[in-house]
Amino acid sequence: MTSTATAPRGATGSVALRGVTKVYGQGGNAVLALDGVSLDVEPGEFVCLVGASGCGKSTLLNLVAGLDRPSGGQIELGEGVEPGLMFQEAALFPWLTVEGNVDVPLKLRRLPRAARRERIAELLRTVHLADFGRKRPHQLSGGMRQRVALARTLALDTPVLLMDEPFGALDAMTRDILHDELERIWSERRLTVLFVTHNVREAARLADRIVLLSSRPGRIIYSTRVDVPRPRRIDSPEIAAIAAEVTDRLRTEVGRHGQ
Amino acid sequence: MASDTITGTPRADAEISGLDALEIAGRQKTTSRATTIWAATWPKLAALAIAVAAWQAVVWAEVWPPYSLPGPATVGQELLRQASGPQLWEGMATTLRRAAVGYVFSVGVGLLLGLAVARSRVLRAAIGSMITALQTMPSIAWFPLAILLFELSEKAIFFVVVLGAAPSIANGVISGVDYVPPLLLRAGRNVGARGLNLYRYVVAPAALPAIVAGLKQGWAFSWRSLMAGELIVVGISSTSLGAQLTYSRELSDAPWLLSTMIVILVVGLLVDAAFGAADQAIRRRWGVLDQAGQ
Repeated sequence: MTSTATAPRGATGSVALRGVTKVYGQGGNAVLALDGVSLDVEPGEFVCLVGASGCGKSTLLNLVAGLDRPSGGQIELGEGVEPGLMFQEAALFPWLTVEGNVDVPLKLRRLPRAARRERIAELLRTVHLADFGRKRPHQLSGGMRQRVALARTLALDTPVLLMDEPFGALDAMTRDILHDELERIWSERRLTVLFVTHNVREAARLADRIVLLSSRPGRIIYSTRVDVPRPRRIDSPEIAAIAAEVTDRLRTEVGRHGQ
Repeated sequence: MASDTITGTPRADAEISGLDALEIAGRQKTTSRATTIWAATWPKLAALAIAVAAWQAVVWAEVWPPYSLPGPATVGQELLRQASGPQLWEGMATTLRRAAVGYVFSVGVGLLLGLAVARSRVLRAAIGSMITALQTMPSIAWFPLAILLFELSEKAIFFVVVLGAAPSIANGVISGVDYVPPLLLRAGRNVGARGLNLYRYVVAPAALPAIVAGLKQGWAFSWRSLMAGELIVVGISSTSLGAQLTYSRELSDAPWLLSTMIVILVVGLLVDAAFGAADQAIRRRWGVLDQAGQ
């Protein structure tokens, strides 16, 4: 299955964070969520952010998505790039059909009706839901809803995809299949993906590069490339070895908070 | 055969559609339309039969003389007689016109007021609780003032109907907007809906169930206020349903009185059923229809 529609020409999917700091609250109650995070994500790169609770993973994505402002430092995106964001919940609009949900960003981009219809069909084929366009979100399974959310985000035609534990609530079988799906779509569309997870194996399965964040405050403490050829299997020994390495570092970091 | 590309293979496609088929199997329940209608109808018919039987029993017990409380048969005959004459229909037309005008105006006021309060912190602090207080005020308590202001006129009735209905509608809008799930707002912003578009694509549809509930409650209040008004403000030219109640009492025409009451009850029930159907349709679309309680 090939796809012609990709990111708009000229828009580059690079993401650069320079000394990004985020403080919540003021005075004595201030909490330092992120402390001087610098990260360069190449166009087309798949980066997984891993960390324990309170490492500010989600804060970081919100900042990149423009839903929140950093307290310090800079975030640079390609010109005119507005990243698409996916959450753990599909967050579909329950009053619309699957097609209607995918149509919302297209309508907001003022695409003509015929073009929209074509795009919807193409996007639903991409996520293997071509036959489910007329269904309503409550009629679908969790994995299918998450694929609709992916199609809706892809409808933004943005080169940068931010994912906040998007498969966290799914069973292992569904998650494995969605890993394959996401990997395929990412490579077909040459997307830049910033993927937050606390599942180290998932990170090793998907990422070109794994970035480990410390907790309270969030700082980058470790970064490693995953040089395993694709397609990968989550249960392969190479992935397991990388996951073990990252898990050890993560445990050391968690243990630091135990004293 | 090992594939060296990550483009979807037929095997992966089969897996994914297989999983979908397994996961949504058994989610579609099909009951025939006739079954559904019958299931909703027979309890109502049974309740009606019991009520009529109880009425007849009281009449037979002769607790009240028949000229005060006539039996169902007498009232039924009167109802048929009324329905074949012009008076009932003219009365109904007058009452429904007042109801429609008052209600439509209330909807306008309620929607605007609700939206304003939901959006503005200052307005909410100022009049948010007052709207609820207005809602608890029995509408009949407004009539003395309304009569002082507008005399015994249509305007007095209109005034009280709007005061009865608008606060409920406004409250529906406020709670609807307040309880839009934050996640949907985030999702909406993320797909590019900002400002007015966020209201159009996310807030308004998400608040719709609560708004319909407010509209339904507003209708109940306006219908009650209207009946109270028509009982009190009689004597203005046309004979409304409320006026017919008063006349029939003055003429001690119990069958006429009871048949008019039945008409009022039925009109109220029909409109309520229309709102109920709208509410059900919305909940079915949202997938939050309570199967047991429908």
